[in-house]
Amino acid sequence: MLNARIIPVLLVRNKGLVKTLKFKDEKYVGDPINAVKIFNEMESDELVLLDIDASAENREPDYKLIENIASECRMPLCYGGGIKTVQQAEKILQLGVEKVSISSAVYERPEIISELAERVGRQSVVVCLDIKKRLLGGKVDCYTLNGTLKRKVDSLEFAKKVEEYGAGELFLNFIDCDGVMKGYDLNTIRKFNEALSIPITAVGGAGSHDDIYKLIAQEKLIGAAAGSLFVFKGKYRAVLINYPTRAQKKLILNTEQN
Amino acid sequence: MIAIVDYGLGNIKAFSNVYKKLNIECIFADKPEQLKRASKIILPGVGAFDYAMEMLNRSGLRETLDDMVLNEHIPVVGICVGMQMMANSSDEGQLDGLGWIQGTVKKFDFSNNDQTLPLPHMGWNNISLDTHDPLFTGLETTPRFYYLHSYYFECENEINSIATANYGNKFSCIVKDGNIYGIQCHPEKSHHNGATILKNFSEL
Repeated sequence: MLNARIIPVLLVRNKGLVKTLKFKDEKYVGDPINAVKIFNEMESDELVLLDIDASAENREPDYKLIENIASECRMPLCYGGGIKTVQQAEKILQLGVEKVSISSAVYERPEIISELAERVGRQSVVVCLDIKKRLLGGKVDCYTLNGTLKRKVDSLEFAKKVEEYGAGELFLNFIDCDGVMKGYDLNTIRKFNEALSIPITAVGGAGSHDDIYKLIAQEKLIGAAAGSLFVFKGKYRAVLINYPTRAQKKLILNTEQN
Repeated sequence: MIAIVDYGLGNIKAFSNVYKKLNIECIFADKPEQLKRASKIILPGVGAFDYAMEMLNRSGLRETLDDMVLNEHIPVVGICVGMQMMANSSDEGQLDGLGWIQGTVKKFDFSNNDQTLPLPHMGWNNISLDTHDPLFTGLETTPRFYYLHSYYFECENEINSIATANYGNKFSCIVKDGNIYGIQCHPEKSHHNGATILKNFSEL
């Protein structure tokens, strides 16, 4: 039986690990390599590494950092941040990364998804949509530039288009849930998972193992990703890298299997 | 000496990282002379079947590989698309496969199931070990490995299927014919069970 995936998300800015609140108010959390080593030891299902400035600053991905992190990672690694061309994506995959995530590039040229999928196979192509739910009406908008630029697309229709173009996975990044730790936006996740036939991973809102349990109970097959939950501990948000133990995972996945 | 075939595809560094941690020597082979030094061969692979076959055929290694595997019976393990390349052909592409293990590669088809599952098959799934094999020494009873694929290997002869997994339907996840192994999942990215398989392969 395929299990749902439980995935730490690491945000990198200036070579350091940071955590944000609704894509703002960042707090320095530590050294990314150390965090990866710990997630390795705790046998994380996968790891997502996002460089949150690369696109906004219009610069190349930090290949050295990616290579160093990939060499420590004994589980599949997805990298996102600043990828605009097929060449960049290929270069990153060759550094030992399993999947690349593209985000802002797909709005201008969704064809890049098919170009990439053709070169490296769709299983390695993740499209990341940063989304925010409107206050009234429940409609969901897509944003780029760290949540500051609203795109003129219908997010659900765009997600379906992204799948058609050849994405192998959709990564939904919930801007207003980021760092809040009050639970996933289960309704929105349901709408997207229902509409697509590729795997979906959702990040934003997880505040406890119970939140992950609820998401997996609802969706069965999903990537339950989290940032703050795996990086902070306690009311005062002390930095403590953590991940469910095997026993805790069994409870979260609601399975007797290993 | 373990040689990891470097023909431009596949996470070759992930393999060398695992072997480095296990203190087992390995090299990347992108020239026949390097390959010929090998006592064991790993054939990695990701992406589309035709592109992988094209890259391998253009690498200059094809002849040496066929000779070492089919004539000298050097142990070889194909991983993911590397395993699929060992078939005669794939529904994903037009080119011939290596034909090292009789079979075809097919796409997951859920038309006979209650529900359609997402593709690619992505994540940790457990495998059922259908026989005793030196490759399985020390593995947990129902070990889990990481999968990332939309196509699977269908053996012509059932005897070549030595482990299965389930995704909607049962499918072969490890195949074998003599010195030739194929593994659909990614042992190089499957924590300690993966490392165990890679270690066992090195000790064959």
